[in-house]
Amino acid sequence: MPTRAHGPIGGGPIARPAYGVLEPEDLSTASRRRFLQAGAFMFGFAALGHAGKAWAQGHSQGEEPSLQALNTGGPDTGAAFDGFAPGGFIRIPREGKITFIIPSVEMGQGIATGEAMMLAEELEVGLDQIQIEWAPPNEQLYSQPILKSQATGGSTSTRGAWGPLRQAGAAARTMLIGAAAQRWNVPPDTCFAERGRVYSRSNGQSLPYGALVAAVASQPVPQNVAVKQPGHFKLIGRSLQRIDTPAKVNGSAQFGIDVRVPGMKIAALEICPVQGGRLKGFRDNGARQVPGVVDVLRIENAVAVVADHYWAAKKGLEQLDLVWDNRGREMISTDRIREQLADGSANGKPIMGRKAGDADAAMRDAHSSVEAVYELPFLAHATMEPMNTTVHVRPDACEIWVGTQAPTAAQAAAAKVLGVPPEKVILHNHLIGGGFGRRLVAESITQAVQFARQVPYPIKVIQSREQDIQHDLFRPAYHDKIAVGLGPDGLPTVLTDRITGGSVLGNYLSAGLPQGAIDSDAIEGAAETPYAIPNVLVDWVRKDAPVKVNWWRGVGPAHNVYVVESFIDECAHSVGCDPVEYRRAMLKANPRSRNVLNIAAAKAGWGKPLPPRTGRGISLHDSFGSHLALVCEVHVTPAGEVELRRLVAAIDCGQTVNPNSVVAQIEGGVVFGLSAALFNGITFTNGRVDQSNFNDYRQIRINEVPPFEVHVVQSTADPGGVGEAGTVSAAPALNNAIFAATGVRLRKLPIDRTLLADKNAGDAVLAAAVPLGLGAAALAMMPREGREDAA
Amino acid sequence: MATTTITINGQPHDVDVPPDMPLLWVLRDVVGLTGTKFGCGIAQCGACTVHLDGKPARSCVLPMSAIGGRQVTTVEGVGATPIGQKVQQAWLGVEVVQCGYCQSGQIMSAAALLGRNPAPDDAAIDAAMAGNICRCGTYPRIRAAIKHAAGLKAENV
Repeated sequence: MPTRAHGPIGGGPIARPAYGVLEPEDLSTASRRRFLQAGAFMFGFAALGHAGKAWAQGHSQGEEPSLQALNTGGPDTGAAFDGFAPGGFIRIPREGKITFIIPSVEMGQGIATGEAMMLAEELEVGLDQIQIEWAPPNEQLYSQPILKSQATGGSTSTRGAWGPLRQAGAAARTMLIGAAAQRWNVPPDTCFAERGRVYSRSNGQSLPYGALVAAVASQPVPQNVAVKQPGHFKLIGRSLQRIDTPAKVNGSAQFGIDVRVPGMKIAALEICPVQGGRLKGFRDNGARQVPGVVDVLRIENAVAVVADHYWAAKKGLEQLDLVWDNRGREMISTDRIREQLADGSANGKPIMGRKAGDADAAMRDAHSSVEAVYELPFLAHATMEPMNTTVHVRPDACEIWVGTQAPTAAQAAAAKVLGVPPEKVILHNHLIGGGFGRRLVAESITQAVQFARQVPYPIKVIQSREQDIQHDLFRPAYHDKIAVGLGPDGLPTVLTDRITGGSVLGNYLSAGLPQGAIDSDAIEGAAETPYAIPNVLVDWVRKDAPVKVNWWRGVGPAHNVYVVESFIDECAHSVGCDPVEYRRAMLKANPRSRNVLNIAAAKAGWGKPLPPRTGRGISLHDSFGSHLALVCEVHVTPAGEVELRRLVAAIDCGQTVNPNSVVAQIEGGVVFGLSAALFNGITFTNGRVDQSNFNDYRQIRINEVPPFEVHVVQSTADPGGVGEAGTVSAAPALNNAIFAATGVRLRKLPIDRTLLADKNAGDAVLAAAVPLGLGAAALAMMPREGREDAA
Repeated sequence: MATTTITINGQPHDVDVPPDMPLLWVLRDVVGLTGTKFGCGIAQCGACTVHLDGKPARSCVLPMSAIGGRQVTTVEGVGATPIGQKVQQAWLGVEVVQCGYCQSGQIMSAAALLGRNPAPDDAAIDAAMAGNICRCGTYPRIRAAIKHAAGLKAENV
């Protein structure tokens, strides 16, 4: 039995996961390489609102679409499968490895391993006995029950898979045991399965699953088979090594951008720098004379130079004088958008989000009150892998190679461009080099198809980093006015939050979000807090900025919890109460949140003395079915630079599937959120995005990330989501730590270091405050050896 | 255009490319070694890091004309060196990787660091690794994995 190297150890209520080294026995072996080679698959049409049968209802008799889907799913799903395929997730051949069809998309979160563990647990096989393929196109089979679409996002994958995948494994195991029992003429309950074999307790015989395939292949799949109770898990809850990582350390992993297909050319492009503008025309000063350039293509709002390699394409692009028609969109500016949001907050028509009790009366009767306005900027995703799509439009079909979080939506988008049915679009999905919501949107795929349809050969369209950042669909900017009325004990009797910003959800609804309808994402994290506050009024003023927006890691809670948790901190300080004590007093009816709050505070040494201008901040939220507390410790230099000193998180996400992946997601999510809070905001001047690359849209670096502890509460409650929880915690914990260190309450992101300089530190230091922040960034960007060799 | 011979992972390659073409695109689009990644194109993120005679270089801004006779090592070849192999094993053992897109560059930077400093402290790790961005936030584990590869106890990471 493999040893447990990470996560809950020793049976106590709390584990302190450390970066132990996984034992070799924990490695699943050959499956990894097979999985990464089998990166291509094809999807059916995505229709919001239709839960797939495999997910929602288990697998019923004669559900042949699974086999059909597999057999027509493109070059990598193989020829007609001769074996046992009970539903969409499991294929057992007569000989050789079992294949698991993984319904979610792997973008770093470790879901391929987690979903394989759910199937393996109930099927009674080891991860070393299986290989993995991505789900083929089929909304019927693979529509995710929470998102109701074949997509990966919103920290829903583990929650969505938890029931259906274990059920699928249990049903298949039950059938195999039944077939063996029949063959031996013994009662099924005298048999058991282990590591891909059925054993008889009565006659001592055993048979491998492959030998039972013929007997079960045409049998009906049983429904509602009992799954294992916690305490009986062999794999679930153990830190097994991820199956996708070996190919990611030796360069063999194939991301979308790595695709090379015969005859393929590479396209570099320039998109109208003003969103909504279009290409009026261009003068070609010799693009086609650049060696390697084969074509210059245009679409309504962009031009592409196509060449044998990206460098020639980029050089060719430099030979074009582009003339844009900005269609009056130069008016867009950050100042103007901020004014419009503020105006909307004051004068707009709010849409009710949540109302509990009587907020007006409670506010009138309050002993005292606190009110504040918080502002959040637009944010780009800046995934490490720039947006890219490879497309071949042939007379008979369109073939696409890409990494997407929403494969059926991507397929539909391509089909729409071409005016063909979706099944004419063969979409090969790939490992994703960072999603964070960016790759839920098919816009770059639409664009690539618009170019590719003009040429007979396949083209790989690569957005430069500058294009990737400037033409992202951003997390919306917000203007939120939040207030509480406090009782005589200083605790809130009423909370109101007027949220003003655009709708993301509307972009995902075919007819848009109707005017007057609430966007649940806009209020998530504010409408429901962990705290017992009897009167609540959370509403939303819809103010769609003239800028395309999209979900960003942490979605609604990443926006609202920053506001609520910063503000709760303000409330605590306003009545002279310790922020942890204050929160605890509101958590009497929320034991799971109270528990993580207590653990994080205790492990972080909350209340222990710190040096001057050093402080701890805490944040707490219940999001995605999980409960997470984070303590951030910072030191603020006299010049106002913020140095992270320590991070301590405690999470209760119910039953963990792979605890080490939980820890990794909390670490990564928090670092992602801190990076944005410390550095990021997309701004507009004359309709153009001011930022362009990692020099001016800079990201946190290793020298800026402190020691990090994650404590995972052992639980057998249903799993919660974890991929975005850490991001939600980051900004408010940082904000509250800065206040603890300096006494300065920041209410706008990213943090403004000029407000944090030590007023007593002298003019020289103050003058240096702004450049220091940038200077540190510049220093970090180019280590000595890189500078020397790259220059 | 002129035919140039470069040695990549011990193998000579004749390539017909312009002298100002960055090594990154020669590796990816001409030679077909796609493990080295495009991240920013301006030496800000480190995803394109390779070794030139064992020293790290950002291949996205390294023109072919600057390579001369130096040996190019990429993530596909670094595992053939004892240090590269140790780093890759440590990366898996500590389970550093999430999306993995930046990790080719991280591994190349780490292997170069350990090549010149077999027992790096935190400051040395910061100095060597601060040019490599990871958007998944794997930095604490990168630090731990480097110490693990160096045979050092990863304390307080």
